[in-house]
Amino acid sequence: MPAFIVHLIHTLFPKTVLFPDILLIDLGLVVGGIGLFIFMTKTHRWGWLWREWLTTVDHKRIAVLYLIAAIVMLFRGGIDAEMIRAQLALPGTHFMPAIQYDEVFTTHGTIMIFFMGMPFIFALFNAVVPLMIGARDVAFPRINAMSYWLFACGAILFNISFIIGGSPDAGWTAYPPYTGLAFNPGPGENYYFLALIIAGIGTTMTGINFLVTTVRMRAPGMTLMRMPLFIWSAMVTSALVLFAFPPLTVALAMSLFDRLFGSSFFTLGHGGMPMMYVNLFWLFGHPEVYILVIPLFGVFSEVVATFSKKQLFGYPIMVASILAIMFLSYGTWVHHFFTMGAGPGVNVFFGLSTMLIAIPTGVKIFNWIFTMWGGRIQFTVAMLYQLAFIPTFVIGGATGVMLAAVPADYQFHNSYFVIAHFHNVIIGGTLFGLLSGLYYWWPKMFGSKLNEKQGRVAFWLFFIGFWVTFSPQYLLGLKGMTRRLYTYPAGLGWHELNVISTVGALIMGAGFVALVFNIVWTLVYGERDLTGDPWDGRTLEWSLPSPVPEYNFARVPVVHARDAWWDMKQKGQSLAQLSPEDVHDIEMPRNTPVPFLLGVAFFVVGFALTFKWWPIAGIGLAGVFAIIIFSGFDYEDHHHLKAEVVRKTEASLGRLQG
Amino acid sequence: MSFKGLRKPYRSLALAAVAAGVVSTGCGQQYVVLHPVGPVGEQELHLMILAAIAMAVVIVAVFTLYFYAVARFRDKPGNAAPYRPEWHGHKLLETLWWIIPVVLLTVIAIPTVQVTYALDRLPKGKNPVVIDVTSLTWKWLFEYPGQHIATVNYLEIPTGKPVLFELTANSPMNTLWIPQLGGMEYTMPNRVLPLWLQADKPGMYWGDSGQYSGTGFEKMFFKVKAVSPKAFAVWASKTHATATPLTLASYHQLLKHDTMGQALYGSYPKDTFPSIASGFTLNGQGMYMTMHGPHGSIKYLPMSATQK
Repeated sequence: MPAFIVHLIHTLFPKTVLFPDILLIDLGLVVGGIGLFIFMTKTHRWGWLWREWLTTVDHKRIAVLYLIAAIVMLFRGGIDAEMIRAQLALPGTHFMPAIQYDEVFTTHGTIMIFFMGMPFIFALFNAVVPLMIGARDVAFPRINAMSYWLFACGAILFNISFIIGGSPDAGWTAYPPYTGLAFNPGPGENYYFLALIIAGIGTTMTGINFLVTTVRMRAPGMTLMRMPLFIWSAMVTSALVLFAFPPLTVALAMSLFDRLFGSSFFTLGHGGMPMMYVNLFWLFGHPEVYILVIPLFGVFSEVVATFSKKQLFGYPIMVASILAIMFLSYGTWVHHFFTMGAGPGVNVFFGLSTMLIAIPTGVKIFNWIFTMWGGRIQFTVAMLYQLAFIPTFVIGGATGVMLAAVPADYQFHNSYFVIAHFHNVIIGGTLFGLLSGLYYWWPKMFGSKLNEKQGRVAFWLFFIGFWVTFSPQYLLGLKGMTRRLYTYPAGLGWHELNVISTVGALIMGAGFVALVFNIVWTLVYGERDLTGDPWDGRTLEWSLPSPVPEYNFARVPVVHARDAWWDMKQKGQSLAQLSPEDVHDIEMPRNTPVPFLLGVAFFVVGFALTFKWWPIAGIGLAGVFAIIIFSGFDYEDHHHLKAEVVRKTEASLGRLQG
Repeated sequence: MSFKGLRKPYRSLALAAVAAGVVSTGCGQQYVVLHPVGPVGEQELHLMILAAIAMAVVIVAVFTLYFYAVARFRDKPGNAAPYRPEWHGHKLLETLWWIIPVVLLTVIAIPTVQVTYALDRLPKGKNPVVIDVTSLTWKWLFEYPGQHIATVNYLEIPTGKPVLFELTANSPMNTLWIPQLGGMEYTMPNRVLPLWLQADKPGMYWGDSGQYSGTGFEKMFFKVKAVSPKAFAVWASKTHATATPLTLASYHQLLKHDTMGQALYGSYPKDTFPSIASGFTLNGQGMYMTMHGPHGSIKYLPMSATQK
């Protein structure tokens, strides 16, 4: 065999990717891949896949793509979590080697935040935002598809690391100088930095897209103060994305430069300043926390009003508090490292700003409770997640305030108390919110309700599993257990609580299985919802049939009140009685392979840079520029949907008069 | 106490809760953060308790409203509770729940400011024992400049006296944490950060690194023995007289990426700790660490020395 091939094999498949479990997964992926290929070919689905999905610019389909990715990533991140808990259940275990454990907790955090939470949120944005504001698509449909494919490219790049070359192992925060070549010579951290930079470009574009969409594309009459809270949350989240991702990209790029080009921004020697990375990272990281939870504040505000059969309580205050959170979230980042010696003045400032941000958040909790007050609460699965969210998030918020008391944080920092706290808010806020949104909008996306009985089973497993997993971890923090420990000695009194926590993780795992069963069962046996408004909803998306036709609104509605659709229903109006002359030609974005190809080109760049294959990276980069330039001169980016076609579709849905 | 009045599933739950309580009080000492043995840990604990109480008030208030609302306003036939679908605001209530959190947070905020500043000063009139700490991959090097001795993964300190740790790293970042003495602080390359702690009771405690720094990081536990000042002086002079010296060559051995047990050294070479520090000051005590120290003058061994 030629020497360079031997070298290539050693580079791509070092010892760290040859553990038996990983080889088993390799085998599974190969068999699964071949099976899928044969299935797609036999059923002649490649053309369908290309035309309907890979080249689509329809926000509703992009939402489905995001959702599939998010659920697959929830699976991957969940498996990582189960492995962590298996390793930690008992003292002194060697369930897996230390190097693999380090990789697993790194990929768990990174995947759950960047490749599960974010795309799940964007799935909901894409599925709902245009429908809620009476628009036919987002402001920049093609850029929207590009965002997705850049995200997908980043996600794939990050996920293949564990079978090709080795995973990153520096934690999801990737603090230098541990990420430097001196301590971390493998390709893992290159994967991490490149995947996050590429996915981050996509996320930034999504931010711009939804900011413009919510500002510019609202139906006539939908003033700012008539926007549903979910739209407010989308707008604020987009603004946060826009200003939070640049510092992250800079920090990641500088770290990458240290590794690829021998610079010394954050290295151990040559005057590197690791703390500068920490500042840049959390300058992104703290707004990111709110990027992950504000959209779900929006979801909960819609869900609680719908299922309490009542207007949202204190709408202006809800808007004010969401804006206050947006501004304050940029002023709290140092609370992630009070223990880096910034001095008492700085620490006190950021401690107080952190307590300050708790106030608007607390106000929202009261408003949700008072939305239920005087209503009629229906215990649907979507509402159950809302009801679980309130107490869970309140406790998570309370421990957050404890962490903001600077000297107390000296004891809590990096301990399991912190782990318990942020899972308390991220699972209690983000995951419960995402699942609430999923159950709430599933009928709109797919045309049938998710089975409620099965949904309840999944809910209780998640909810109980969550508390069994994470309440012992608060106590472990008080017993001095620090995060990212591979294993721990017996005799510190940590193992009982760790066993309980692991049992909880298994219950949550069962919850995930129940969720997937629920989804698959519903896709196969689900009962079609013919009303388009199964929950007796309040906002415009429920005025449309499910699933929604390609052009969304045959005639763009005029909004007269805050809960526009509720208001129309109260007045006996309906969008379903269109007269044929109301329907005109509709300009729609045209499908294009550009976003998909851009993702492929970026993938080539990312993969080549990971292994420092400069010529290939150069070719990939040339491809990126060529595609962008081509796209800039591609004026055939839209087509006209004839009024006749729209009338036919509407008539077949029974929404046309005469 | 009788569980007979409870329904079956609740009965077993209550039993489990009691069992958990017994277990947790049985090994209560293992809640190290809750059992500080020095003034730093004590002040931090007091603040924790205060914050926990204030937050408990919030939790009780919210939970009361929440459970009441959920119980009363269910959508079931014949529910007599008022149904007011258009009720969307109440000025007094809304003002009230801006004020309540502000008050509670002020209760936490004021002592937070006080304690943060207080912990940043060494207690007046007491000469601290200085210990220069360098985190290595994956071990701790403790140098006692006053006693001219060094240890690895083992600390001995006098009781009743502040101990001033000067923290740096010749490794990825770590944090020095001895939970029963008080909170942690980072060790960072190219920086020296101060941290003072104090043990008032003699005893054996443990410390650890709180910041992940690689595959051997979980082996960075170390014992901390607090003894009377007299015993400390005896131990130090005995170590100085009998233990083998740490030479530059053996320091290079320490730089290898590996774990190790405890070690004592009768002396240690110069230049293993930054001579002029760049870090932040502990206010009020005229510390010699300057915030704007010339970076160039920090001496570190070249990275090549760390490669095997």
